[in-house]
Amino acid sequence: MAISKSEVEYIAKLARLKFTEEEIEAMAQELSKILDYVNKLNELDTENVEPTAHIVPIHNVFREDEVKPSMPREKVLMNAPFTEQGCFKVPKIIE
Amino acid sequence: MELYSLTVHELKELLHKREVSAQEVTKSYLERIKEVEPKIDALVTITEEFALERAKVADEMIKNGEAKDLTGIPVIIKDNISTEGIRTTCSSKMLENYIPPYNATVVERLLNEGVVILGKSNLDEFAMGSSTENSAFKTTKNPWDLSRVPGGSSGGSAAAVAADEAAFALGSDTGGSIRQPASLCGVVGMKPTYGLVSRYGLVAFASSLDQIGPFTKDVTDCAIVLNAIAGHDPMDSTSVKIEKPDYTSYLKEDIKGLRIGVAKEFFGAGIEEGVKETVEKAIKVFEDLGAEIIDISVPYVEYALPAYYIIASAEASSNLARYDGIRYGHIAKNYEDLVDMYMTSRSEGFGKEVKRRIMLGTYALSSGYYDAYYKKALKVRTLIKNDFERAFEKCDVIVGPTSPTVAFKIGERTNDPLAMYLADIYTVSVNIAGLPAISIPCGLSEGLPVGLQIIGKHFDEGRILNVAYAFEKAYKFDAKPQAIGGER
Amino acid sequence: MKYEAVIGLEVHAELLTDSKIFCGCSTKFGSEPNTQVCPVCLGLPGTLPVLNKKVVEYAVRAGLALNCTIANFSKMDRKNYFYPDLPKAYQISQYDLPLCSNGYIEIEVEGGTKRIGIKRIHIEEDAGKLLHEGTDGSLVDYNRAGVPLIEIVSEPDISTPEEAYQYLVKLKSILEYTEVSDCKMQEGSLRVDTNVSVRPVGTTELGTKIELKNLNSFKAVQKALEYEIKRQIKVLEEGGTIVQETRRWNEAKGITEPMRTKEEAHDYRYFPEPDLVPIIVTEEWKEEIRKTLPEMPDAKRERFITQYGLPEYDAKVITSSKKMADFFEKCASNYHSPKIVSNWLMGEFARLLNDTGKEIDEVPITPDMLIELLKLVDDNVISGSIAKTVFEEMFFTGKKPQIIVEEKGLRQIADEGELRRIVRKVIEENPKSVEDYKKGKEKALGFLVGQVMKETKGKANPQLTNQLLREELSK
Repeated sequence: MAISKSEVEYIAKLARLKFTEEEIEAMAQELSKILDYVNKLNELDTENVEPTAHIVPIHNVFREDEVKPSMPREKVLMNAPFTEQGCFKVPKIIE
Repeated sequence: MELYSLTVHELKELLHKREVSAQEVTKSYLERIKEVEPKIDALVTITEEFALERAKVADEMIKNGEAKDLTGIPVIIKDNISTEGIRTTCSSKMLENYIPPYNATVVERLLNEGVVILGKSNLDEFAMGSSTENSAFKTTKNPWDLSRVPGGSSGGSAAAVAADEAAFALGSDTGGSIRQPASLCGVVGMKPTYGLVSRYGLVAFASSLDQIGPFTKDVTDCAIVLNAIAGHDPMDSTSVKIEKPDYTSYLKEDIKGLRIGVAKEFFGAGIEEGVKETVEKAIKVFEDLGAEIIDISVPYVEYALPAYYIIASAEASSNLARYDGIRYGHIAKNYEDLVDMYMTSRSEGFGKEVKRRIMLGTYALSSGYYDAYYKKALKVRTLIKNDFERAFEKCDVIVGPTSPTVAFKIGERTNDPLAMYLADIYTVSVNIAGLPAISIPCGLSEGLPVGLQIIGKHFDEGRILNVAYAFEKAYKFDAKPQAIGGER
Repeated sequence: MKYEAVIGLEVHAELLTDSKIFCGCSTKFGSEPNTQVCPVCLGLPGTLPVLNKKVVEYAVRAGLALNCTIANFSKMDRKNYFYPDLPKAYQISQYDLPLCSNGYIEIEVEGGTKRIGIKRIHIEEDAGKLLHEGTDGSLVDYNRAGVPLIEIVSEPDISTPEEAYQYLVKLKSILEYTEVSDCKMQEGSLRVDTNVSVRPVGTTELGTKIELKNLNSFKAVQKALEYEIKRQIKVLEEGGTIVQETRRWNEAKGITEPMRTKEEAHDYRYFPEPDLVPIIVTEEWKEEIRKTLPEMPDAKRERFITQYGLPEYDAKVITSSKKMADFFEKCASNYHSPKIVSNWLMGEFARLLNDTGKEIDEVPITPDMLIELLKLVDDNVISGSIAKTVFEEMFFTGKKPQIIVEEKGLRQIADEGELRRIVRKVIEENPKSVEDYKKGKEKALGFLVGQVMKETKGKANPQLTNQLLREELSK
């Protein structure tokens, strides 16, 4: 298989996703199939080809350093499940 | 002749002549929605009150002589485009109750025109899919055959326009998500050149591929809507500053001498016989109109789909990392600590296909695999881009089928992700190269619509509108979706 | 076996732009939580970044001041990781093509100067702030999310904790001069991380690097490095091995300790930021930016020597801080003796600043106030030593010198009649000293002067006192 169960577990952790045993099995199989397919790209010799990160050939798009009004705090917090003292609240973090 | 069955330009004439009011038009569409929605399930949210308010605003504008092209015209917006104060779900449990505090730029522009927003349409969750079956809420049915898919990911928008639930709709296209459902639903759908239409407010899927575009009933309407939404936006660094033309000025019937490229690569890979025949007939129409048909080849297009899946999934894995329930979106009820909160909320909020792509994308970017996958895909992108550049030296536009098949049955491909991905085989290369393309209905096969894709050079929307318009005038596609009771 | 240390420093400095790096929210420090936030810096679905031009200019300015090569072609990248203070779950930063590279700073070491290389300077966005006190969870404030930062990475050319300290002092001074950052560690506009390894003297292979965090002052950096180097050497000498980890400096205990949260090796999955286009800094633009560079420390030092006739030592001390240099110049241009100003700055002012840990612009003394004080001395209203008392009062209360002199009754006694009366009294009360003086002991005069001072609480004019004593004693 192109991708092993333990690799799937590692990637899941990296992506902050959790799966049951069966789901990991299934994911490993599905991803392997997809990876086998995308490995088709290895048929191409791209040694001397430059990667294209941006299809539009523009550069230096900037804005001026001007302060614009921020969102009122109620709007900022409006969709949050837990807020306290004007902040977003999360489980205790020990740093 | 019901108001809801009219095109944008027909409605505009009636409205500007004050033969009908925006409120009447809106009511007609709202009634239509009540009639057909139970059959097609195209909409996630219907904004009846807001629509009637906007209709009043539109009537004021008309009364004061301030009417613009889209004033009073009802529109439906794909539910991954931010609408202030109206929930924007991306058809995902993750954002089921998310209410954006701002409008997408395209929505602002349409509101300035005086449009009437009727509601938000269903999509494949986070725009990932080709059938709208990946929606977490409902499966949209194709108005031509309720046992079949409308295509995806903008299936709701396509079905809504095909069923006359709106005069036009907005969708988004990352690998074919406007063109493919337009093809399957027998309507006009366009993906503009990357950078022509602002992405500000479009919930990001694959940042280097996403574009917003119109679904319309005819090519004229498409040009009108494009006029309203296209153009540079300072809030989007990837939007381009160009001299914006009046796209309706390209609506001419003359294409004599135009060089129309036909690539054999767009006729391979599992194309249905009926689709092939219908498209070949369409190409004949171009010949009859005096265009020159030229055989061209874009061999690297064969690698577009694998490159697309790597690029799109990689960018998506990063774009979707922000969904953790802290500031908005779904948060789990039970978790042990911070990390568990992230994992549980995200796993509960995302559907299978989304999780699959996040996993694929994370893998493709991870240490040790970046060069082999992501960087490799970006190099293949260069090859595809160059392929099209070479082809466009020989021709002015490239035509072919939008989709290898007509609408497939609901449930037919849901167990085989790879089979589902192949639905985009003719459309993805266009996104990879950032080119503009339109899909127009060009006939029926087994009673279901077939779409013709017309691809142009960067920022050559005018040309493809010209070709599409000429075809539309020469070949009248006036079939109507029977499954819901059509009327024109 | 003798060991040597290899030290690297990573400094993050907040740039002094008015608005954030990718949106128009204000960068002002100290506002109510979540009042300087917008859809973009909150990372709401659908939002996009747009780069603040001034951020690029400031970063290039800093790069030029630090002798870097400015990249002609540069781009932004995404650094992906999950943490509640990071709203998009990625930080927009620069990975393989930073704006500036290959620079250096020269520091003073025993026997001359040492060049410390600067590997790179890149721009990136700051994260929000987490608060853990006064709540049963943790609270997140995104005001700081999106504030522009430059990250300055040194080459591992630093060999001792003292050098690290000197590097930081010099770096801060140069950055202050460029006016791109106010470099206040206590406000978080300057942050320092360091990494250190040890190896036997004479070898070239690098030892295992330990990262140190939670360093809240330059002195803390020095102390933490001193401790850590000793610790590592001890481990090696006892036959152990250094395990790569991140350690936390515990200021109270004076030790480094392993961090409680396991630091898994992060896989940041860097890739080019698709929402932002590349940055091209042409030669012309670079030169335009170079022209905006304010006068740098070396040039200012030379100018102070020639323009104000300051000795080299004074010029060096005064110009080590831009704020002090500016203060000096404002005084010196309005007063007849730059040297006297310089003495006060290097003497009393520096002492008080050191003791209180304050910066010159955090103290209520203005150049005009110092000049007023100096004029009081010039006009013999107060003596030089009383002036020091007044100055200290000015430092802590911000009151003007004239007011302090009046309120505390510190006016110098220069009235001959009154002073003579006191002198006579002192002579009467100290017959032994008078006798000693008459026998030829000059020191006794000093004692008598001191007694007059004591009697007048320091307010007697010293020269007049001296003169009158001699007169009376010779009678």
